[in-house]
Amino acid sequence: MNPGAGVENLLKEAQAITGGQPEVIRDNIVKSIYDASAQLAGATVSYTWGERVDRDRQIDNILTSPLWGFPIMFAVLAVVFWVTISGANYPSAFLSTQLFWLQDRLNELFWALHAPEWLRGVLVMGAYRSLAWVVSVMLPPMAIFFPLFTLLEDAGYLPRVAFNLDRCFKKAGAHGKQALTMCMGFGCNAAGVIACRIIDSPRERLIATLTNNFVPCNGRFPTIIALAGLFAAGSVSVSLGGLLATFCVASLVVFGVAVTLAVSWFLSRTILKGTPSSFTLELPPYRKPQVGQVLVRSILDRTIFVLGRAAVLAAPAGGLVWLMANITLGHSTVLAVAAGYLDPLARLMGLDGFILLAFILGLPANEIVLPILLMSYLAGGAMVEAGSLAELRNLLVVQHGWTWLTGLCTVIFALCHWPCGTTLFTIQREQKNWRWTLLAAVIPAAVGMLICMTVTALARVLHLV
Amino acid sequence: MGLTRQSTGRSAVREIFNVAEAGHELVIALAGNPNTGKSTVFNALTGLRQHTGNWPGKTVLRAEGSFRYAGRKYNLIDLPGTYSLYAASSEEEVARDFLCFGNPDATVVVADGTCLERNLNLALQVMEITGKVILCVNLIDEARRKKMHINVRQLSLALGVPVVPTAARGGEGLPELLETIREVALGLVTPQPILVRYPAPVEEAVARLEPKVREITGKRLNARWVALRLLEGDVGLVQAIRRYCEEGCEHQTLQLTPAGTEVTV
Repeated sequence: MNPGAGVENLLKEAQAITGGQPEVIRDNIVKSIYDASAQLAGATVSYTWGERVDRDRQIDNILTSPLWGFPIMFAVLAVVFWVTISGANYPSAFLSTQLFWLQDRLNELFWALHAPEWLRGVLVMGAYRSLAWVVSVMLPPMAIFFPLFTLLEDAGYLPRVAFNLDRCFKKAGAHGKQALTMCMGFGCNAAGVIACRIIDSPRERLIATLTNNFVPCNGRFPTIIALAGLFAAGSVSVSLGGLLATFCVASLVVFGVAVTLAVSWFLSRTILKGTPSSFTLELPPYRKPQVGQVLVRSILDRTIFVLGRAAVLAAPAGGLVWLMANITLGHSTVLAVAAGYLDPLARLMGLDGFILLAFILGLPANEIVLPILLMSYLAGGAMVEAGSLAELRNLLVVQHGWTWLTGLCTVIFALCHWPCGTTLFTIQREQKNWRWTLLAAVIPAAVGMLICMTVTALARVLHLV
Repeated sequence: MGLTRQSTGRSAVREIFNVAEAGHELVIALAGNPNTGKSTVFNALTGLRQHTGNWPGKTVLRAEGSFRYAGRKYNLIDLPGTYSLYAASSEEEVARDFLCFGNPDATVVVADGTCLERNLNLALQVMEITGKVILCVNLIDEARRKKMHINVRQLSLALGVPVVPTAARGGEGLPELLETIREVALGLVTPQPILVRYPAPVEEAVARLEPKVREITGKRLNARWVALRLLEGDVGLVQAIRRYCEEGCEHQTLQLTPAGTEVTV
């Protein structure tokens, strides 16, 4: 007797009985079970006071309605960014004043000790200054943004976001849970890639993995927020500028989601063909967030962690960039030579060679892209004390000829370029196939270059710059 | 090549699932939807006597614990939280395979008292596989706060299985749950679960297929349930039956040793 083979024969017989339409049977069975549950629950559960119970359902009906769901999502996103941008300015200026005061004292110390000039350059003007930059530019937005995001998570809003986006992902041929891995990507793309494990189908997991990089992570948010604040806020009056910057950042995130959907759609119709599988998403009840715990958790877990990682990488990178900017090859510095090589391509993309070089040198961690860029602008020639946003604006616009197009393309490229080293390493570990890892780097980079080039070409043809 | 009880029976399958069977130990499965406080029930019953690892050949987390009650040792297997047993995900597959082939002495289905309707779906599906079911209506305190009243007696009568209301976080109802587990596991109480009746065409097809299934699988599997899955065209189940019931079982056992390391909590 052989039960396996016997049952297999019966499966054939069952197919003959159902006439090759097992789905009809399945639907009948599922419906009967649901009906039975409803009937049992109806007979045994009673409400003494019915109104209060469905308050969650009523809120859900608004937050996940086809009409209001997306506008509310955009509004919530915008409020979070507005609070972040307008709240980050003041502490940012304060921190930079303090830290650059310390830089002067350090310089005096080195002079007093008669230390060699190159040592002072590497340690103070390279390592310390980029560290100061990371702290003063990145810390305030992070310290405001993460607690706000965690509060939304704690209150139960994020699952509703996933629910709203589910329809879009289905249409793109991807899995609805990708919305959740995407939300995770806001925290850290490497974490987002690991979160892709919740998707069972290998095809859909790959789509989610390859497109996770299109949501700006921890490391890229401050760069985007700083640049948006710089260009939007600088162009109009202060009060209006904050709103404009908010709108820019929120639009950029929406743009990132749109790119995610477009690339997912493209992948599921080319190299990763297949139909999306269904899943159950439970909407947990709304809860009053535990504010104290959220503050502690997001400051300790996220802000300090990310800042620590950035600082560990930023200090050596700063030293390296200072060396590159001060070691000369023939007539120009190593940095200028490297940037010069990249310049023609970068110009096509609306950037300049230094910006592209900063993105390449920023491969270990996206947090250090902006500090590297500022180092390479500052280290070479005029020693400008770049403190607050206003001084930063002066450095970029007046001294290095940035236009609104440069700012826009830099921000777009920050959103769409290769993932950081950690994320790539994680993808390799999860997929165990270097081809997918390579593709995970090539796809976003190609998309970013394409968009930047198109925008630049359009702006130039239309004489907008 | 003979099918001895040793190679195909309960013990072989339990070996695959890595459940220690030391003579008089009783095996209790814990099933339930996610977010029903299933883990709270698990922790409340087992305390610190827990092992965690992976289900053999799967990346699904597996927790097992034990407790002593009225002179007997009980092994509690925490199945992954699922909404159904259609084997659409690896969690559902693990839960289904254990209920189907692991032959637990009793199965506790933990349900969220505040949304009973949704949770009963799983309970009804479990009751189709195994008769020895206890429904634990958890979060009863939350249901009370939401001004809901659940008629436990009537629910138990309608389902044909014991129903125990609990609030596991506060320990409410746990003594009753333990006693009910003992009664069902030792066979002092035999639940008579109601079966969901399907539309006529389905029932007719089942009637034709069920005797043939029984001929092949005997008492080891629930013939009605297998017949229903065959009608749905469930190829995965056929593969699972091959894996767990076929000769060469011992060989499979070697391949299915757990992927994760056992950690004592």
